[in-house]
Amino acid sequence: MGGSATRSAAREVILTLVVAAILIAAMPLLIGTYTLTVLVIYGMLGLSLGLIWGFGGILCFGQAAFFGLGAYIYAISAVNIGESTLPMILAVLLTAGFALLLGAMMFYGRLTDVYLGVITLVVTLILFKFINSTAGPQYVIGEARLGGFNGIPGFQTLNVPGDPGAYIWGDALYYVCAVALVIVFLLVTWLLRSSFGRIAVGIRENETRMALMGYDVAARKTVLFAIGAAIAGLAGALFASWAEIVTPTLFSLGQSAEIIIWCIVGGLGTRLGPVVGAAGLAYLEFVLGQQSMIDNTLIMGLVLVIFVLFLPRGLVPAIASLWQGSVGAFGRRRPVRRMRRARHG
Amino acid sequence: MAETVLETAGLTMRFGGVTASDNVDFKLKARELRCLIGPNGAGKSTFFKCVTGLLTPTEGHVFMRGQDVTGWLPHQVASLGVGIKTQTPNVMDALDVHENIWLAARRFFDVSEARARTADMIDRLALGPIARTELGRLAHGERQRVELGLVAVADPWLVLLDEPAAGLSAADVDRMTAIIHEMRRSAAVVIVEHDMQFIRSIAEVVTVFHQGAVLMEDHVDRVMTDETVRRVYLGKKA
Amino acid sequence: MDISFVILVEMLYAVASLVLISAGLAVVFGMMKVINLAHGEFMMMGGYATITAVGLGVNVFVAMLVIAPLIVGLIGLVVERLVIRHLYGRLVDTMLATWGLSLMFIGLATMIFGNTTTGISTPIAGFAVGDYQINGYNFFIIVVAILLVIALYALFRGTRAGLIARGTMQRSDMAAALGYSPDRIYMATFFCGSALSGLAGAILAPLVGLVPTSGGAYIAKAFITVIAGGPSLIAGLVSSATTFGFVSQVFTFAISPVIGEVALLIAAVILLRAMPQGITSRFFRGKL
Repeated sequence: MGGSATRSAAREVILTLVVAAILIAAMPLLIGTYTLTVLVIYGMLGLSLGLIWGFGGILCFGQAAFFGLGAYIYAISAVNIGESTLPMILAVLLTAGFALLLGAMMFYGRLTDVYLGVITLVVTLILFKFINSTAGPQYVIGEARLGGFNGIPGFQTLNVPGDPGAYIWGDALYYVCAVALVIVFLLVTWLLRSSFGRIAVGIRENETRMALMGYDVAARKTVLFAIGAAIAGLAGALFASWAEIVTPTLFSLGQSAEIIIWCIVGGLGTRLGPVVGAAGLAYLEFVLGQQSMIDNTLIMGLVLVIFVLFLPRGLVPAIASLWQGSVGAFGRRRPVRRMRRARHG
Repeated sequence: MAETVLETAGLTMRFGGVTASDNVDFKLKARELRCLIGPNGAGKSTFFKCVTGLLTPTEGHVFMRGQDVTGWLPHQVASLGVGIKTQTPNVMDALDVHENIWLAARRFFDVSEARARTADMIDRLALGPIARTELGRLAHGERQRVELGLVAVADPWLVLLDEPAAGLSAADVDRMTAIIHEMRRSAAVVIVEHDMQFIRSIAEVVTVFHQGAVLMEDHVDRVMTDETVRRVYLGKKA
Repeated sequence: MDISFVILVEMLYAVASLVLISAGLAVVFGMMKVINLAHGEFMMMGGYATITAVGLGVNVFVAMLVIAPLIVGLIGLVVERLVIRHLYGRLVDTMLATWGLSLMFIGLATMIFGNTTTGISTPIAGFAVGDYQINGYNFFIIVVAILLVIALYALFRGTRAGLIARGTMQRSDMAAALGYSPDRIYMATFFCGSALSGLAGAILAPLVGLVPTSGGAYIAKAFITVIAGGPSLIAGLVSSATTFGFVSQVFTFAISPVIGEVALLIAAVILLRAMPQGITSRFFRGKL
């Protein structure tokens, strides 16, 4: 049994790599790499919330806070350091550290659901308001002026490690981001197959039971929360490098809302769903942004309402069960039942 | 003389003006089986929750193997090697039987040992045919059996069960009884129960709770014939 | 002397506006365990309703106190029938769906009114206290907030509808068993809650320049005030509005308005951390 589990894991890794390689090579034929880069980054951001919400049951209304924090930490340290490798690492580690503190405060206080929502929302707002108010020249970290609502422009973007003069941009940045996403995806896969991941899912299902079995639920949720934040921080740092400017809107509630929408539409409890949801919807917005007939926000809102009402499990699980349904007569009953549950819930 | 594995001293729990547990002194020896009975509201479940860490007692102390565990959290109590089953079924509904039991085993054993013990437990509980079924789709009796499996697989030395027989069919109760007897080989067992039939079939020493306090503690036969007990509890039932 | 009077008025005003901002959300949450994240947009629509009505020549007080609540209440009714109704008992899903609605309303408002700032002037003149100028409209807001609290209290304590509402709030299944349709009670509640949101948006409209995204400024504060308030609807609303209003004003005067806002948010975090056993543990116990 152990052998077959390892074999199926190996098969999955190979399948992931092959599909990813094909997609990475083929997508630039359809969409420009400049747009693709940001879609990939959003995919990573979606995955970060998909991990803690879909598998850990932690609904964070402030995932954008970690995204923005990663971007700002990168920008500030890149201005001060003048190269990109250390800032990248700092963006991931400091964001995770911040989440560790915030998570410990929330989870050891046994905050759940609504309270968790309020706190994460409030923290996002605090960051947003604070950064927005730092327009004055007295707000300086090292050589970096925070710049208030104007943000920080003109920092060192991604370069080849060890050679600050060799910028990674354009097509190269796309490939770097895509490979980073694949690596993060595989790490998440590994994490979820490990004992830690299986225990996290157990906690999602029944916290009390897991505590009665001897698991320190608060500690485990805190760690998972920090891992999610680290991924969001990495996405933020890559985004900063792509956009070449960071502004307070990265922390906005609208950004947080979008990450939640990606996860809902793509499918919670899957790894692929949030990535697909993020990239797909971000592309949809990009396309819709080129017309002015219907407001973009209206469409995103409509999408969210429709999915919550009619397809709360999201696209990826729905397509997966349809697939199973068409393969065997056995599976055919399942999508029907799910739809019914979705309506009357 | 056997070691005392569970002891409470002056355990008191008040909710506002209500004293749900009143100065309870309780002792349990290793590998002893003890049933807690009493009418509704007698304080059995409050006592149970104070011992397991689900509630922090207002006064008094809880000792496990001589260690003061008063005010510990449930996961800390459980980590000592205490198996706990709450009154309501408490399982991971979206996960299958195997995964549920494996998660319990994994807390105390490494991956391969946990897998072996899980397989063994599934065999012993005759859960093989439904090992890959989600708990949410199982019948009540099967879920209770799985939950007992969760408790047993961790190899506890103290087992606390709150109404394990509630809502079970006769066949399920028999199976439950067999599992409890098996656990007794290595663990002390406390059972909070309503079902007198079940208690008669399994109990030796019984502690009777009444209005938060211990009314009497004796062999099951003597308890059943005691006038006071009959008046406060059995009389009402009959 | 003058300065302390000014500060007192500012404090009361801060508390009053928090009560106004949160009342609609509090009623809906307290009664139905539904967090309406489109609450801020309901307020925004109340503002637009007022401005539009005034533009059509309606008296400003009629527009604020009658037209705006009515229109937003009706919009709320439609929302309840089309969306919320299907999601009762699913707290997180209702939050998500109403978040979607909030985006939709922002989009609609942008298409109808454009992404520009509109506004009306305050209908009450300011006056001087010693060397300081006081905004007379602030008094109006304080009075409306006080009247609102008294009206809510009278409604819940003094009327049959209030009794049924309180019963439903505590045990909706029992109320249903006694023959009161929760469906209709929820419908009425959502109408009232939405109307209150519309009222608040209308009354605050003269103080702020209105844009389609104005609601975002309110929702977080309202959300925090209601959640921190606790299980008792009116007492919770007033007590947490007082706490937060006080904290934010103290820091506003001592340092700056931005720090005042941040202090409010930090106070909320501390409050929730110190009292984690508040409402959710209560109403989730009933749910489980």
